[in-house]
Amino acid sequence: MRAMRNLVVALRDPTSVVALNGEEWSALIAVARAEVLLGTLAHRVAGQLLPPEVEALLNAARIAADHAQVQALWEAEMCASALAPLGVRFVLLKGTAYAAAGLPNADGRQIGDLDILVPRERLDEVEAALRGAGWEWVKDDLYDQGYYRTHMHELPPLIHGTRDRMIDVHHTILPLTARVRPDAAAMVADAIPASEPPFVSSEVETPIGSAPTSAPLDCARGKRDSRQYTLSPTDMVCHCAAHMMADGDLAGGLRNLWDMHCLLSEFDDGGDDFWPVVQARASHHGLWSAMHCAARLAHELYGTAIPDSWRIRGNSDFLFLRCLMARDDWGRETRPLTRLAFYIRSHMLRMPPLMLIRHLWTKWRAR
Amino acid sequence: MSHRHSFRVGPVRFRIASDWAGPIADLKRLYADYPALGGQAATATARIEAARPWRRWIRPAVHISGDYTIPDALPLPLSQGLLATEMAMNLQVALGWRQHLLLHASAVERDGRAIIMVGASGSGKSTLAAMLGEGDWRLLGDEFAMLNPVDGQLSPFPRLISLKNESIETMARRVPPARLGPVITGTPKGTIRHLVPRADAIARMDECAMPALLLFPTFGGEAGLRAVPPSEAFMRLTDSSTNYVALGEPGFAALTKLVRDVPAVAIGYASGEQGVAAVEALWAELAP
Repeated sequence: MRAMRNLVVALRDPTSVVALNGEEWSALIAVARAEVLLGTLAHRVAGQLLPPEVEALLNAARIAADHAQVQALWEAEMCASALAPLGVRFVLLKGTAYAAAGLPNADGRQIGDLDILVPRERLDEVEAALRGAGWEWVKDDLYDQGYYRTHMHELPPLIHGTRDRMIDVHHTILPLTARVRPDAAAMVADAIPASEPPFVSSEVETPIGSAPTSAPLDCARGKRDSRQYTLSPTDMVCHCAAHMMADGDLAGGLRNLWDMHCLLSEFDDGGDDFWPVVQARASHHGLWSAMHCAARLAHELYGTAIPDSWRIRGNSDFLFLRCLMARDDWGRETRPLTRLAFYIRSHMLRMPPLMLIRHLWTKWRAR
Repeated sequence: MSHRHSFRVGPVRFRIASDWAGPIADLKRLYADYPALGGQAATATARIEAARPWRRWIRPAVHISGDYTIPDALPLPLSQGLLATEMAMNLQVALGWRQHLLLHASAVERDGRAIIMVGASGSGKSTLAAMLGEGDWRLLGDEFAMLNPVDGQLSPFPRLISLKNESIETMARRVPPARLGPVITGTPKGTIRHLVPRADAIARMDECAMPALLLFPTFGGEAGLRAVPPSEAFMRLTDSSTNYVALGEPGFAALTKLVRDVPAVAIGYASGEQGVAAVEALWAELAP
């Protein structure tokens, strides 16, 4: 577990990595890859004096992550074009939102699918518009389709036929079967325009000889406005906490917690209002305990500056920390029982017991 | 994981761990002449581990893993442990390497100029590279050609050559037994035997080479040559790259430059000797 600790310390204090030897770097690279934090680490330790082979690897990781971010923002732009005729407000979530808003945790962050939030009453129109613009269902299975539509917080995943990128269209941030029901309508209503997307910024320089490739840029430029939104800062923190603590088995937890740390640190303006406002908003969404726990864990691991009144440790914090750090120096998952416990917990949070049994039974029979 | 080995192949520093002693012993014998890491960091971690805890002893089943893994991949029997290890190493490079554009190709060099051979499995590119590498050519690699997007040079990546079926006998006649791995039977691609590249390929693994010819070989096809236009070469190369999409613009720039600067030829040949002769004839024609 030395490497996991080194990873956390490196993110917290990038200067710490200059003391690492070759073997420690080998392990650090392996666990950073396993936690999908290599790009983040690469950005974080940029400028430190690194061994040449490590510098070359991390430099390539930075370039790849930067390119992936451009692709993710382009995908958001494509989605915006598809939804433009509806005049519907759509809100970017997670990785794409952090990149669009230029937040510090976006540096090097891996971005998977495009996640968006739309008003629930506009869901059918949004789905039709996306299907009309080339997105296709990934899951044709009737049970899966029905399950998503009845019980989930998102449409069945769609994939774009030619660009091969997935989109998750959310109408709220937690499954409908979960006990906690965040106020998604308020989240959409209070969303803020994302900062200028890169593809539509005022003067796009067209390199000489690249005329054919600039056509899509021209199309995008014509439709310039503030159609892309991100959650308000407090809602963004609430969603991050919900995603990490109330949905899922803590897989990728270190990365989610890094988001949490960066968002809280970025939005905290040092004024007296910030923390009470976050607490009030989290309580409104039914996410106060998730928020409180995530903030404590971020403080514990990444040294996030949280108010004294937030620092009372919960009884189960040590279990969360055990699970978050459960990986050996070869990148392998350890502590199978702790992980299993969190897996079961994630399902108990997600749906009532009888429904869980019915769901698992159907899934098992379909194997 | 108590069985471990680490070594460097070209720019990649491997760290390998196994639940079993056998594959690591094979690895230590076959990679004996490769440089050790010498205190430097491993840039790729590969693991071969029991598919289930008990499958370490009972009907041992090898799961291919490491920094990157394919969750649904079928495990291999322990008798194919060396193959599993090689596949695990390939997987790490294919999915994790970002410093070069990776082409699934073999490559050889002479006078600082390189031939890149691209083809599907069974096209004979491994055998052709192996035969050339025993002659007047230096083998740069069998699995991946690594194209540096900055200067357009190929970085040697002289891993073991994976010989399949008939080519095993062809090559076994030409090289000392110490350079051959165990015979691995019953794989999805038939019988496989690994060949250690000739000493010069290993000793000169840090000497890069400029691409001079793109070759698309087809074994068993009609003997003959066909000039391949840059557009077709480009499409075939994007198909054979594992990280073209991930590299973005630098990858595109490197590949377009390659197909513009370097002639591309498809060749058909009926025997190894015929293939080697065709390559030599082409090379003589291209001589600057």
